[in-house]
Amino acid sequence: MSQDTLSRRSFLKATASTGGLSLAVTLLPGKHVFAAQDNSSTPETLTPSVFIDVAVDGTVNITCHRSEMGQQVRTAIAQIIADELDADWQRINVIQATGDKKYGDQNTDGSRSIRRNIDRLQIAGATAALMLRQAAAKGWGISADDCVCDQHTVRDQNSGKKIDFAAIVPVAATLPVPEPETVTPKARSAWKFVGKGVASIDLPAVVKGATVYGQDVQLDNMLVAVIVRPPVLYTTPVSVDDSKAKQVPGVKHIITMPALTEPPLFKPLGGVAVLATHTWAAMQGAKALVIEWSKNEHSQYQFETEKAALIASAQAGGEIIRKKGDAPATIAAADDIIEATYFAPLLAQAPMEPPAATANVVGDKAEIWACTQHPQSARSNVAGILGIPEENVTVNVTLLGGGFGRKSKPDYSNEAALLSQQVNQPVKLIWRREDDIQHGYYHSVSAQHIKAVQDSSGKTLAWQHCTAFPSISSTFAKGVTTPSAGELRLGFTDNPFAIENMQLEKGEAVSHVRIGWLRSVCNIFHAFAIHSFADELAAKAQQDSKAYLLSLIGPGRIIDLASEGAEYDNYGDPIEKFPVDTSRLINVIERVCKLANWDERKKQKRFLGLAAHRSFLSYVATIVEVEVDDDGSWRIPATYISIDAGTIVNTEHVKAQCEGGAIYGLSCALGQISAQDGAITQSNFHNYQVARIQHAPQDITVDIVDSEAPAAGVGEPPTPPFIPALTNAIFAATGVRIRTLPLPSQIKR
Amino acid sequence: MKITINGKEHQFNGDPQMPLLWFLRDELNMKGTKYGCGMALCGACTVHINGEATRSCVLPMSATDGMTITTIEGLDDTDSHPLQISWAEENVPQCGYCQSGQIMQAASLLAKNPSPTDLEIDQNMSGNICRCGTYPRIRKAIKKAAGSNS
Repeated sequence: MSQDTLSRRSFLKATASTGGLSLAVTLLPGKHVFAAQDNSSTPETLTPSVFIDVAVDGTVNITCHRSEMGQQVRTAIAQIIADELDADWQRINVIQATGDKKYGDQNTDGSRSIRRNIDRLQIAGATAALMLRQAAAKGWGISADDCVCDQHTVRDQNSGKKIDFAAIVPVAATLPVPEPETVTPKARSAWKFVGKGVASIDLPAVVKGATVYGQDVQLDNMLVAVIVRPPVLYTTPVSVDDSKAKQVPGVKHIITMPALTEPPLFKPLGGVAVLATHTWAAMQGAKALVIEWSKNEHSQYQFETEKAALIASAQAGGEIIRKKGDAPATIAAADDIIEATYFAPLLAQAPMEPPAATANVVGDKAEIWACTQHPQSARSNVAGILGIPEENVTVNVTLLGGGFGRKSKPDYSNEAALLSQQVNQPVKLIWRREDDIQHGYYHSVSAQHIKAVQDSSGKTLAWQHCTAFPSISSTFAKGVTTPSAGELRLGFTDNPFAIENMQLEKGEAVSHVRIGWLRSVCNIFHAFAIHSFADELAAKAQQDSKAYLLSLIGPGRIIDLASEGAEYDNYGDPIEKFPVDTSRLINVIERVCKLANWDERKKQKRFLGLAAHRSFLSYVATIVEVEVDDDGSWRIPATYISIDAGTIVNTEHVKAQCEGGAIYGLSCALGQISAQDGAITQSNFHNYQVARIQHAPQDITVDIVDSEAPAAGVGEPPTPPFIPALTNAIFAATGVRIRTLPLPSQIKR
Repeated sequence: MKITINGKEHQFNGDPQMPLLWFLRDELNMKGTKYGCGMALCGACTVHINGEATRSCVLPMSATDGMTITTIEGLDDTDSHPLQISWAEENVPQCGYCQSGQIMQAASLLAKNPSPTDLEIDQNMSGNICRCGTYPRIRKAIKKAAGSNS
């Protein structure tokens, strides 16, 4: 596409290649501004973000700029645009965008694909619809105001005559693009697709095994690469004996990767790569390498030692990040202090598809095919590591066999690109499961200590909470030893409890591995500690868990975090649009308790646990029921979830995200990554436990709040409340309080 | 060495230790069968060998001589096996990566046990990991397909 096509006045026009109607639109998040590319400005600020191409046969081609990893974003984006056009679902075609700033942000994480794009997608669709109406009206000699889009046609409301989109595309393509102020998206009441349970457009291909993921890419003359990476961060090969590896039939090259320097960023970890004509040969070659590794200070890293240090840090307290009243003084003056320490280990995202990227570097140009959540980052990283201009790099996005934050990091595209450049041949770099478990960007290990005091009625008077965990920032800068504000706001800074004396602190923690994002990130351990401790306070006060939780939350209100000295960026969205609103939190608690028959079931001696958490601007309350046998083995007969995520695009997929998010939370309670002498102990699914079908709740019931509030996050919010709801249920059943994860397979009373 | 895959006969003369998975994926370019762990721990690579659900990632080619193999691509001529239909109706897949293996495992279960109980489903499917958490829907889809069989 030429610059001219994207210029402000003519960015909707027929293109020579398709002869169709092309429309490129952008809206900056939260603003109703049509900001098409303008030649006078820099590409960073002026990038069309969505591209609709109505072909001469009437097919509506929709370019999806977000990565598909199971959340059905490709379907959701099509639903939004189809509604504005009143398109025939059968005549819609979804194209996956390459990584390009012209689309605006493409980083598919942070549960923001819908909330940051729904408005601009509606405007994009409505603009296309208006131009089609104008084209039909022109032909009929009437006003466009008399015309409506109706099932892939434009209809004259007065005469009832209709014309198919296909017939008017050539005329529509010649019209000037209406100013965005003149474009009005459809009223909510007219939606046919948005808010419904539309099946995924990729479903037919999935059930017949016809989908293509990063691991599935196959190019002519392609080599497959496997890398043996250093067991300890920043160590390097002291000696490499590759004599046996070279003898493996099919092995073509053995290449020492550049050593990793601090900080890790998205750079290759180093090690030795084996390139072969096929996967098995590369794997066998890698296995046959004999490498002696150097040692460094991280070689002293022992999980148990670090665990103790982290717990000591949380218990010692730290820098105050939010303060109301005087919690330390209230606690110091009390006779009876309630306190508890919570610990949660490192975790690996472990998507079913381990990372993979294919690179074809030819001269100063590179093409990448990768299962990436962040194609623009892959593009800029590959350009950087190869030393070529970014516009010379094309990043094609395959389907992702799960992402969960792991595939936001473009390190594997970097590795593939370096290798392809080296051998002048296309290279598919695959991560084996062992690589994924042992060399990841881990969800942080954490320790938290909470102290509280209650009055004689059981009311909580003071709450002092210190969180300590190695920061994701340590992956990006040297010497970082405390969490960033961006991590603390993940369920810690925004504690919703109405307690007169509250003090929140952050402790010190050093990292010995690369730390990264995992679905809902720090919300997982913060919700675990906060909602476990809320339940401990209820037990201490001898009150019902639900009633006590509601009393902690207090009245429905908008929380003003700034007034308590807290730095809070609200997931990058305006606080006016998405306030921290406890009335919505209370609402999902009431709804989930109704759904689960909380009072009735408790009378029947069934064991329930409750937690409710706001994250990614959505509110989720979860109730888990457990059964515990005499020998301590346990299972989950039922889980109930109520979610308020504002406006919903696809009810069926929101439901699926709630189910999957809960089970992902369960996995987070079962798994543990640990280290000995700096090397990760676990290696595959036999020693890194994830939820299997027999662990999953027998039934999950999901309640979606019917809301017209702005669309908020869905992919991550169902995960954080699951663990405390489960551990609170275990306490209800057994009296055993789980403060350290992972969960035991049997609860010892 | 001769094997029959989805009704078609293939010759193989390479490394007899190479697992079937890589013959399918790299040599035949049949990518519906997935790599997930390489140790028979996750089930993403499940195929049928003489009708039995088998992890192709650990099955050496030497053990497949003369065998009849079915992959997801050959489960049904028109891709309308009762499980493929119920899978779609129950909207089971999320990312989809493990789903070929899940469907192949479930198909072998139903072939032997047309109306499995919840416990039997869990026991039979416990080797197939899904990180998206589609398990409750997998149970429903299997039961639905079982119902349509009987």
